[in-house]
Amino acid sequence: MTPDPDNDESPGLPGFRTWRGVYWFVFGAFVLVVAGLALFSRVFA
Amino acid sequence: MNLLDWIVLLGTMVGIAAYGAWRTRHTDHLDTYLKGSKTTGWFTIGLSVMATQASAITFLSIPGQGFESGLGFVQNYFGLPLALIIVCAVFLPIYRRLGVYTAYEYLGQRFDQKTRLLGAGLFLLQRGLAAGVTIYAPAIILSAVLGWRLDLTIIGTGLLVIVYTVTGGSAAVSLTQKWQMAVIFGGMVAAFFVVLARLPAGLGFGGAAHLAGALGKLEAVDFSFDPNQRYTLWSGLCGGLFLSLSYFGTDQSQVQRYIGGASLREGRLGLVFNALLKIPMQFCILLLGVLVFVFYQFQPAPVFYNQAEWARHAHGPQAATFRALEEKHATLHAAKQGKIAAWREARTRHDAAAERAARAELAAAQQATDAVRTEARQALTAADPRAKIKDSDYVFIGFIVGQLPHGLVGLLIAVMIAAALGSKASELNALGATSTIDLWRHFRPLAVRDEARNVRVAKWFTAGWGLFAIGFALFAGFSENLIEAINILGSLFYGVVLGLFLTAFFLRRVGGSAVFWGAVAAQALVIVLYCTLSISYLWYNLIGCAACMLIALLLQAALPKRLAV
Repeated sequence: MTPDPDNDESPGLPGFRTWRGVYWFVFGAFVLVVAGLALFSRVFA
Repeated sequence: MNLLDWIVLLGTMVGIAAYGAWRTRHTDHLDTYLKGSKTTGWFTIGLSVMATQASAITFLSIPGQGFESGLGFVQNYFGLPLALIIVCAVFLPIYRRLGVYTAYEYLGQRFDQKTRLLGAGLFLLQRGLAAGVTIYAPAIILSAVLGWRLDLTIIGTGLLVIVYTVTGGSAAVSLTQKWQMAVIFGGMVAAFFVVLARLPAGLGFGGAAHLAGALGKLEAVDFSFDPNQRYTLWSGLCGGLFLSLSYFGTDQSQVQRYIGGASLREGRLGLVFNALLKIPMQFCILLLGVLVFVFYQFQPAPVFYNQAEWARHAHGPQAATFRALEEKHATLHAAKQGKIAAWREARTRHDAAAERAARAELAAAQQATDAVRTEARQALTAADPRAKIKDSDYVFIGFIVGQLPHGLVGLLIAVMIAAALGSKASELNALGATSTIDLWRHFRPLAVRDEARNVRVAKWFTAGWGLFAIGFALFAGFSENLIEAINILGSLFYGVVLGLFLTAFFLRRVGGSAVFWGAVAAQALVIVLYCTLSISYLWYNLIGCAACMLIALLLQAALPKRLAV
């Protein structure tokens, strides 16, 4: 059994045509959050 | 707590439970009972997934963690967004396409019945044992602080959750969790603003953050590769990824939250919602604990925050030692307040050199008060080796009861109980579903077509697990170490269960017997390693998963073809 391609259904979100795009957005947001936390620590350390 | 607090507490908790039970009272289809309503949207699914993970201990312990160790614990969640992306892309589409009720049903379709029973059995063993802890852990803290009877707290919360979970099944669980999360968010935001308002005039959020930073509480990300550091970016990414993948992808209490719903899209968006919000949410809860820490820098602070435990020993034969520790802590705490005033003054003058000097003195004063708190724990252990010496869980609840206005106290206690009910409901729902689908229907295949009977059996199993959890919480006599042991036990199983699923998804040539014996061997290996090594238990998620997949592959190659399938 193999996983389905992840774009078998449109995400229906403005700005996103595929689920792959949504996942990259989540990954990008995660990187930004980690960078933001590191910056927060630096500013107030 | 006064009458207003009781009205807020009972009004929200009983009201939500009654609403959930009433709205879903006609749930008589197995599909709706086990997977929830077919119209459930992504927002409800997302909140339900969040409420399942956020137990009462989240809101009691994590602010305490922030108070004690700062923001570093947030790194524990760094693997979560990545794991949820994998669950969205790989696990969820397969579960939905096959229309399974439980994750373990998929193992039966992909491999064979013995592998399905192994997966279901590991889940029931691990969740069944944890079932009592989910009720017991918050009850022991609430009863100690509020003076409630422990047995009545356990029975009251346990019966409340049984009523609506049995009545409406998964649909009731999702519906109630949505409103419970509203109470939780409302309560935590209110607590945040109250702490800020209680800080000294002129300090504000910025000043509080600078003070917390000066005392080493705001180090959120540790980039070091030091294996002795408990929380680092790398341990959070690696260990957290496997733990989250196992929890969200294979633990039925989570799988059941997102396999139902209106469509695959709604399930995916619900998980994406969690992937985006979980780290910021945990950060805010930890930050709340840090702000409570700052608040106590300007107030008289106890040497030990579990005041009931302290009082139990402070009047015994060691009374003089305990009193001396209290006085020593009070003196050092007052001296530290002087250092804080000097540090603030230097900051106001923009005198960098004076600020550096004041900051060094402040850090030394903090170390001195920490050392007295360590002495206090040692004194407790000396007085009674079974004394509960971990007091960080009592910091936030102590702050709520002592500092918040009436009404808000009731709301914040409702936050704790709502979180307990939300996670417990998912757990019972999942235990009931797995017992019905993977055990009862397996041994009574002819009963599959009788839908009404299936729903009745699922209700009985759900109620049975609920009563078992109450009984276990009442009679097991948990110690702090036993609670931790049961949590570790869960982590020891998670890796192997994840290995079963990843083999199913990605190693297409591996058959049922190879993966079954691979999982058994990997589980034995994890237990042996746990007994002989002293590494963090998070790593067993990775070891169990890798061992299961590798041994399954080797067995598949070694076993004769007729035995390997």
